[in-house]
Amino acid sequence: MSRKDINIVIGGAAGQGLVTIGQLLAKAVVRAGHHLLVTQRYMSQVRGGHNTYAIRMGGDYLSGGTESIDILAALNTETFSRHVGDVRDGGLIVAGTDLETGERDALRIPFEELASKPLFHNTVMLGVLGRTIGLDRGIFEDLLGQTFGRKGGEVVEANVDVLRKAYEWASGRDHGYSGRIGPGSGPGRMMINGNEGIALGAMAAGCNFVSYYPMTPSSSVAMALIAKGAPLGLQYEQTEDELAAMNMAIGASYAGARTLVTTSGGGFALMGEAVSLAGVSETPIVCVVVQRPGPATGMATRTEQADLDLVLHAGHGEFPRAVFTPATPEDCFYLTHRAFDLAETFQTPIFVLSEQYLADSYRDVEPFDLDGLPKTSRPLLEWDGGEYKRYAVTDDGVSPRLVPGFSEALVRADSHEHDESSRITEDKTVRVTQNSKRLRKESGLFEEVIGPDYYGEENADALLVCWGPTLGACLEAVERYEGDESLAVLHFKQVYPLREEQFMEFLEGAGKVVAVEGNATAQFARLIASETGFVIPDRILRFDGRAMTWEYVLKGLTDIL
Amino acid sequence: MVSIEEYGDFETSWCPGCGNFPILKSLKQALAEQGIAPRDVIVSSGIGQAAKLPHYLRCNMFNGLHGRALPVAQGIKMANPEAAVLCVSGDGCTYGEGGNHFLAAIRRNLDLTLLVHDNQIYGLTKGQASPTSARGHVTKAQPEGNRSDAFNPVSVAVAMKAGFVARAFSGEPEHLAEVIKEAMNHKGFSLVDILQPCVSFNKVNTYGWYSQRVYFPEGHDPSDWGAAMALSEEFGDRIPLGIIYRADKPVFGLGGRLAEHEYDRNDLKAVLQSYT
Repeated sequence: MSRKDINIVIGGAAGQGLVTIGQLLAKAVVRAGHHLLVTQRYMSQVRGGHNTYAIRMGGDYLSGGTESIDILAALNTETFSRHVGDVRDGGLIVAGTDLETGERDALRIPFEELASKPLFHNTVMLGVLGRTIGLDRGIFEDLLGQTFGRKGGEVVEANVDVLRKAYEWASGRDHGYSGRIGPGSGPGRMMINGNEGIALGAMAAGCNFVSYYPMTPSSSVAMALIAKGAPLGLQYEQTEDELAAMNMAIGASYAGARTLVTTSGGGFALMGEAVSLAGVSETPIVCVVVQRPGPATGMATRTEQADLDLVLHAGHGEFPRAVFTPATPEDCFYLTHRAFDLAETFQTPIFVLSEQYLADSYRDVEPFDLDGLPKTSRPLLEWDGGEYKRYAVTDDGVSPRLVPGFSEALVRADSHEHDESSRITEDKTVRVTQNSKRLRKESGLFEEVIGPDYYGEENADALLVCWGPTLGACLEAVERYEGDESLAVLHFKQVYPLREEQFMEFLEGAGKVVAVEGNATAQFARLIASETGFVIPDRILRFDGRAMTWEYVLKGLTDIL
Repeated sequence: MVSIEEYGDFETSWCPGCGNFPILKSLKQALAEQGIAPRDVIVSSGIGQAAKLPHYLRCNMFNGLHGRALPVAQGIKMANPEAAVLCVSGDGCTYGEGGNHFLAAIRRNLDLTLLVHDNQIYGLTKGQASPTSARGHVTKAQPEGNRSDAFNPVSVAVAMKAGFVARAFSGEPEHLAEVIKEAMNHKGFSLVDILQPCVSFNKVNTYGWYSQRVYFPEGHDPSDWGAAMALSEEFGDRIPLGIIYRADKPVFGLGGRLAEHEYDRNDLKAVLQSYT
């Protein structure tokens, strides 16, 4: 039997090296030219616990993760006992000879025989998995060279030798597993996750400042920027807290830096007052919020979509904002790039709302076309328009933004209500004028809204409405649905502002409308209701900390239809 | 040549006799005497009577949130290392609401100057105890006397080996101007804690109260950390003024002005390739 995709789940305790195996295997899959989707599930522990690294690979584009396992690589007994039930009929279990697997057949690897030192056991596992799914050994040899090259030629050679032995051993096994991956789209593609997509999108927009306080699962956005940001002249700082992170970014932005702030729900809650400051001082800020389940500390390393309300309403007072909700690493790149342009154009906070599942989820991605990207907006460095007023009242609400220190004109920004020249005021007329000026920028933001994507035939019997990375599970559920009803998906990669004319006909034309969200209260369905009056009665909601899967959506659909 | 007049003359909302007036005057004098033009000065301030100062000074300013003037000031300096960056706020804003930022700014050691108008009371909110109010200080909000010990910012800054720590007094404006100039000349973070009377809400720490206590210690060596630590502890019958501690230490490294930095697209293409 030839399947179009294979789902390998590597599981074990933190510190056992499953991420190392997973990363190398995933990279090899991409270099071999196949499509890839990685789902990481891990616990908030540096050692121990139970973690999995799931690599789904195939010849066709993969919309999302899956719960059915083709190959389970168990590094410990717990992995086996937890996931054996998910291994499909005809699937394969790979484990060491010393692992307790009961009655179940498994490909038992004699680690001690194939590698003298435990240090090389991960390379053995890599070789066995690579051979089993038919990947060329040379790809791994290159990868081992690049991964261990810094440790010296001997280390590389020893690993390559162990890899060869593992390949030879695995090729002599009759384990009855015959899954092979389809050809895919060819080599030359990048392997990036959502957070890296955000970092690269920021870089493409010229981001040269990031301040943050470490918080899972958002930190890797800043880490990627710091690792790769030298050509941008990047200034970065790990601050004492999130209040400092946001305020420092605002200071930098005022002074002409293109700034990114990255955090998760709890940290973002601390930034609320400064979000409001960015609003009134009309300072561009791109804020990345990578969600994890709350309330409070919640589940640090799991996923959820429950901070939409928080991001929509963060900050006291009224000021314009926009919220992007990427579904894929490509979305992360393009939407973050766009967020920088909108932040500068409209001088207000713009949000990229992601979540743990997307943050850690690797995909194969065509290298981005940097030459084809639109230019992002920049502030003024020179002023020759007479007396400069930072908050000059204009038709579109956008006042020319000058960077201080580059000209004779003085740039004065303020958190109080102020007049055009930034003088503190309590005058009711000036207040109304300035508040209205700021809110007029909403019209400009409104014009720029990216409408939702509609997938499927018109006037379907049921329409799944989703946002963010829940898209993949919805698309695959529609594809796999075997009932008589026709299904379609409406996906929002920008959830605020909403433009009714971009989607109301879809909602009104569908038989049933079903909200599919990773939270318990259907926050986006409520937003649609409050903005448009359209109530979505049916809901498939997941809030157990795990990413939406097609299986979960299908089960929900069966109950509804 | 830069004249004091270039820094403007504004109507203020400060009470007549407020200690903020001589501080503003000394600051203008220090800036003009250093030959720094208003266009090259960026002042970050928080909230409080002191934090209104940049509204009465012709310069670039960012008047932000209560407690957060230092993070904003540091962000400004990181984005524009060529600007003369000052952070001006009161004792409540800097040592209370923004206490953690004060500690972090000392450790980070960016090249900027923090001026704290320290009147040992909350003026804007009409007379509650501040972090620097003495234990037992009676206010409407602390009718039985302040139940907390006073925060000694100079001691804390010296203990953390901040590179430049000074105390001044609004009643000694010539000295204050000199100290501000020294602070701005120092490469790295500098603190000037400026004692000032609040004529409306602090009936204890008055102009007379300070005048009777402040003195200029003779023979103090600011490079002697032990001596500086001991001197910083003196806050009672006698209050020493001047540079308490000074040391050269590594300054937070900075690049160029970020507003004029554009990347080379080929560099970014190479970054993308590193992910293949």
